[in-house]
Amino acid sequence: MAEPLLALDDLAVHFKVGSALAGGVHTLKAVDGVTLDVKPGECLGLVGESGCGKSTLALAIMGLIPPTRGHIALDGRDLAQRGRLETARTVQMIFQDPYASLNPRQTVRRTLADPLRIHGVTDRAEVEARVVDIMAKVGLRPEHADRYPHEFSGGQRQRIGIARALILKPKLVICDEPVSALDVSIRAQIINLLLELKDELGLAYIMISHDLGVVEHVSDRVAVMYLGRIVEQGGWQEIFENPRHPYTRALIAAIPDPFHRAAVSARAKARGEVPSALDPPPGCHFHPRCPLKADICVSQDPPLEPVAAGHRAACHFRDRIG
Amino acid sequence: MTLIPIKLMPRLRGGTSLWIGGGLVGLAVFVAIAAPLIARTDPVMDANLMNAEIPPGWEFPFGTDAQGRDIYSRIVYGARISLTVGVGSQILNSLIGVSLGLTAGYWGGWWDDFVTALTNLMLAIPSLIFALAIMAILGPGLSSLLMALGLTAWSYSCRIARAQVLSLKSQGYIQAARILGYGDLRIMFTQVLPNILGPLIVIATLGMGTAILSEAALSFLGLGIRPPFPSWGSMLSEARDQINTVPWLSIFPGVAIFLTVLGLNLLGDGLRDILDPQSTTRRS
Repeated sequence: MAEPLLALDDLAVHFKVGSALAGGVHTLKAVDGVTLDVKPGECLGLVGESGCGKSTLALAIMGLIPPTRGHIALDGRDLAQRGRLETARTVQMIFQDPYASLNPRQTVRRTLADPLRIHGVTDRAEVEARVVDIMAKVGLRPEHADRYPHEFSGGQRQRIGIARALILKPKLVICDEPVSALDVSIRAQIINLLLELKDELGLAYIMISHDLGVVEHVSDRVAVMYLGRIVEQGGWQEIFENPRHPYTRALIAAIPDPFHRAAVSARAKARGEVPSALDPPPGCHFHPRCPLKADICVSQDPPLEPVAAGHRAACHFRDRIG
Repeated sequence: MTLIPIKLMPRLRGGTSLWIGGGLVGLAVFVAIAAPLIARTDPVMDANLMNAEIPPGWEFPFGTDAQGRDIYSRIVYGARISLTVGVGSQILNSLIGVSLGLTAGYWGGWWDDFVTALTNLMLAIPSLIFALAIMAILGPGLSSLLMALGLTAWSYSCRIARAQVLSLKSQGYIQAARILGYGDLRIMFTQVLPNILGPLIVIATLGMGTAILSEAALSFLGLGIRPPFPSWGSMLSEARDQINTVPWLSIFPGVAIFLTVLGLNLLGDGLRDILDPQSTTRRS
């Protein structure tokens, strides 16, 4: 088995919220004990509803939020021991909103060239060559280099964002909802571009999305997150054809499916809303919404246990579903 | 919402206030720069008691004072002092306010608490009283005026800078810069500052008007520019006793202050409409 590019070991990120004077300090467990790995050249889909901790997890991997507990190993070395610049050359990020993620006062050239200079590429010809090269790779023309972000469409802006993430030649790119802010007609283009770049440059992706439909197209493996924890993970085929956690089943049932491909019926739907992460339910966090709820779900927290090769689920009834 | 780049804004927005304000400020700047060319006499030395207290007329358009000096020439040279004080003190205020506000907003934590407390403290002390105290220690003169007014009114730009940074901090491009390995100072100067410059320029412009008024007040109280040098405030101070008998001594410096401050305020308002699309006031 290949050495993992990224290994998360029992990673937790907790925030203190509120004030001791007004209502007391609460602990928000945004990420609570996540163990994951990503191999070189692999695409891991990370799925969950808004507020489940996907983005916090991404920021922790980028080194922007210190973990409360657990370890992050990037390319075989602990993130805490890596320098800021070294981490930047290994892992980069593509953002959701192509409008807010580009500095409105910088030309495309400056957006792409400044990071190179920060990372010690001082030769002007080399900087220029790498800028032109990466722009060509993402489908931008050289004359776009001196334009400002407002002169581009949403899809083009997202291409600039992708170019910026790739300019330092990282090995792992975290895509945080890379297409959900784009017009539906543009989405396929951007997804295909990401897939081409993955093959061409040997990138590994973590594809964060609340939409299983997007993840299905691109991911080798899928991890499903609910209120800060991984509830199910496995190869995408396993997850889609044989989901063992009721939450995954609910997500799959929520994909628009005119041809009834999925092996999940409408009964799998989850009830109600996501509970507050400040005060998650005891036991299995999903039990208040779960169609299979039993007494054990309230009293005991189900561990993430294997159900098949490379497929693990955190449900007391994982062997009875399906 | 991101700041819309200036290029996208329709031309000539900002309307009449921008143009009237710009015109008045432009006039003041022109007068200050061209003072030796357009003044008719030396403002200090050309005293002639034979010409004392002549009312405005053809020979002396704004009249003369008790020493027979031409009020017009003194007002022309006074523009230099007023504008120097206005611009100089606002540069100092902006440097202090923006560096404190930028770092406080960006870093947060105890530094933010400290800067916020300091800002509130500065806002709680009337800045003119504070400036009076500094002038009392440093003594009168132009450089102490710049210090007194430049060290006491930075709380406004500090607050604005801090609030703007807080609203920008979560923007994707700031995060992207951190992820790409930009250092904190580089992020503040290349990513944050260019995007918050508009409101800061507005605040500095409005602050210039206030500083000119404060200079006039301090000089009026005898703590700013001392006679015989022609500051508008010190001219008012000298004219106080004769306001009933020789009214032109106080009218013309007063009008000069009024027009300059009015111009700066209108210009600030007009600039706000152009530079800060988030403000919805005064949009026509």
